[in-house]
Amino acid sequence: MTAYLLRRLLYAVPILLGVNLLTFTLFFMVNTPDDMARLHLGVKRVTPEAIEKWKAARGYDRPLLVNAEAAGLGKVTETIFYRHSLAMFAFEFGAADDGRDIAGEIRTRMWPSLAIALPTFVIGLMVNITVALILLFFRRTYVEWSGVVALVAMMSVSGLFYIIGGQYLFAKVWQLAPISGYQEGINAARFVWLPVLIGVVGGVGAGARWYRTLFLEEAGKDYVRTARAKGLGEARVLFRHILKNGMVPILTGAVAVFPLLFMGSLIMESFFGIPGLGSYTIDAINAQDFAIVRAMVFLGAVLYIAGLILTDLSYTLVDPRVRLK
Amino acid sequence: MMPVVLWTDALIFLLVAGLAGLVALVHRHEHLAAPWRRIAADPVAVSAAVVLLAFTAIAVLDSLHYRPALPPGPHGEVQYAPEVKSALDRLLAPLAERQEKTYSAPFATRLYAKEVIILADDSTVRDYPRLQHGGAHLAAPDAGLATDVALRAAAGLVLAVAAWLLLVLALRKRLRRQQFAGGALLYTLLALLVAAGVLAALAPHYHVFGTDKVGQDVLYASLKSIRTGVLIGALTTLVTLPLAIGLGVSAGYFGGRIDDAVQYLYTTLNAIPGVLLIAAAVLLMQTQLETHPDWFETGAERADLRLLFLCLILGMTNWTGLARLLRGETLKVRELDYVVAARAFGVSDGRILLRHILPNVQHIVLISVVMDFSGLVLAEAVLSYVGVGVDPGMLSFGNMINGARLELAREPVVWWQLAAAFTFMFILVLAANLFADCVRDALDPRSRRQA
Repeated sequence: MTAYLLRRLLYAVPILLGVNLLTFTLFFMVNTPDDMARLHLGVKRVTPEAIEKWKAARGYDRPLLVNAEAAGLGKVTETIFYRHSLAMFAFEFGAADDGRDIAGEIRTRMWPSLAIALPTFVIGLMVNITVALILLFFRRTYVEWSGVVALVAMMSVSGLFYIIGGQYLFAKVWQLAPISGYQEGINAARFVWLPVLIGVVGGVGAGARWYRTLFLEEAGKDYVRTARAKGLGEARVLFRHILKNGMVPILTGAVAVFPLLFMGSLIMESFFGIPGLGSYTIDAINAQDFAIVRAMVFLGAVLYIAGLILTDLSYTLVDPRVRLK
Repeated sequence: MMPVVLWTDALIFLLVAGLAGLVALVHRHEHLAAPWRRIAADPVAVSAAVVLLAFTAIAVLDSLHYRPALPPGPHGEVQYAPEVKSALDRLLAPLAERQEKTYSAPFATRLYAKEVIILADDSTVRDYPRLQHGGAHLAAPDAGLATDVALRAAAGLVLAVAAWLLLVLALRKRLRRQQFAGGALLYTLLALLVAAGVLAALAPHYHVFGTDKVGQDVLYASLKSIRTGVLIGALTTLVTLPLAIGLGVSAGYFGGRIDDAVQYLYTTLNAIPGVLLIAAAVLLMQTQLETHPDWFETGAERADLRLLFLCLILGMTNWTGLARLLRGETLKVRELDYVVAARAFGVSDGRILLRHILPNVQHIVLISVVMDFSGLVLAEAVLSYVGVGVDPGMLSFGNMINGARLELAREPVVWWQLAAAFTFMFILVLAANLFADCVRDALDPRSRRQA
């Protein structure tokens, strides 16, 4: 197991290096620091001196890859690539355009994000699986048919409408929750429950349908027929046999949702004014703060890979046949 | 008038031509046509296809661009207006040109906001002024509104039903075929015709979906948004397919180093959350467009270029899923006897790929194309909200929602813009989802066995 973990971690290095190189190419070679400076200082009426000053203030005045003027190791370290791209491996993201430390911001902003993303993920997973199992329980009846129709209709509605509609109804008309804002600690629940509810409801359409296909495939297998033949009740077949055997694909699917969770909370946070990573990213995109976007791309990749490794580990918990070597 | 072919227009025509070629190809080969016959027998699939075709027709009409000629100058030279119009604009001219001052509710005869009105005897009063166009033909708007709307709607309904009956009479013999859901086709057509008829009867006299902040008719904005949505769904596949097929199939077929490289490429791209990768690429595209104003002449060309780049970016981030599926399937197919036999006969790699591998993985490509379409239409709205979508000046569902969401805070609520965007988007995406399901059921051998 330790050897397996070590190998997976080593695999992650080239991938992260690739992500790093990609962001470097996009943000420094395609779009040179000069372009960035011109964009921030205004495209027209900008002097070369102002551009140089802007670059110097951010350390973008170094050469891209090789510094011919520096001596010794400085040839490699006194470059944009080393200072701004490779440094991300040490989670040193540098300063944003407003001068604040990005890594520090991320550390404080991750908690509100987690307060929304985690409950949405866990509750959503349970609701989706339950709905899918109920539909399977009522197989070949009108309940199943109308349920599937409802799910297809629900997944055809843009996520934006769930957020706009939910916020309007619950927060504005019925005044059950604050329209936006966030507080630390126990008070957070007051602000968090509505985004979580909306996130769960908005995800049921696609989620429950996906689990339904999984369970349908599982339900066609021989062991299910055997279980029924030996006289087990339908509920027992569903919850003890099909659900248990469906755990591996469920977990795989859960990780596939992981990046989507990130994206969903991006919009949710900015609608509800929650000071998390999602709203941070949106603000950065709107202000064209490339340093923050670069940091978030890298962080997202790290999270994705961590999620993949965690999935593999969780396989061993739900399926004793899986051995990680 | 001077025809204008924007980049996306050219591509959409290319796509339509390609689709027509594909239909002809499928028609000629029995084994290709068989699954489509199953689709044609499914009423849900037929209804969804009709709705999708209607949306596509609007998008294609909206892609026939031209610059209208201005009245000739003093020396008789011909001049053209700077703004680019489309055939759809021409059709909807009565809608597009009837601007009000600001918001007005659906079927309203008065403006949303109070204004100072100067009466005949020079005294002033603050009241809701009459709309310039919406219900302007009514003498006493408050009393006669409901009857007038009902009468006009009924006239539109009668015309639509009459047109439908004529259509039924004309098509009756051709539709009575085995294994074709002709009834679904006719009833969907009836629904579409009634909707179009009632709208056509009402829209010239009222703002059926109200007007937006600058007084533009919301129905017009919704109809124009269809092109953006359909284009993003369709053009992105044009970018995705060559990448996914080329890389995925060759990774599976050749294996070894190529396989390693392709797998590394898509794992790396997959590791980055999609939205962030798109946002990063769009931000860069914006900077490039801003620093190169010489790339386009008119605002429409700029918006078009941006839409094209957006499709490119979406395609570049979207191909990984399909490539992975194709790689897996190719790995299986290449070990089958007929491929081994072909190799033993000394058939070249290129020929094996073209004649033996590709035809046997094409169902995966088709399924993934139709499944992705609805997701892309939905993604457009989200991206526009994040600020990395289509040009803010372009009419799209995302921009409509974005412009309308803050107005929910007003009192009374301005809900009609959201309602219109919701309705049109929901119908388009629902039709796409239902059609995609039917295509998957018909083409995927796995799901067929289950049924």
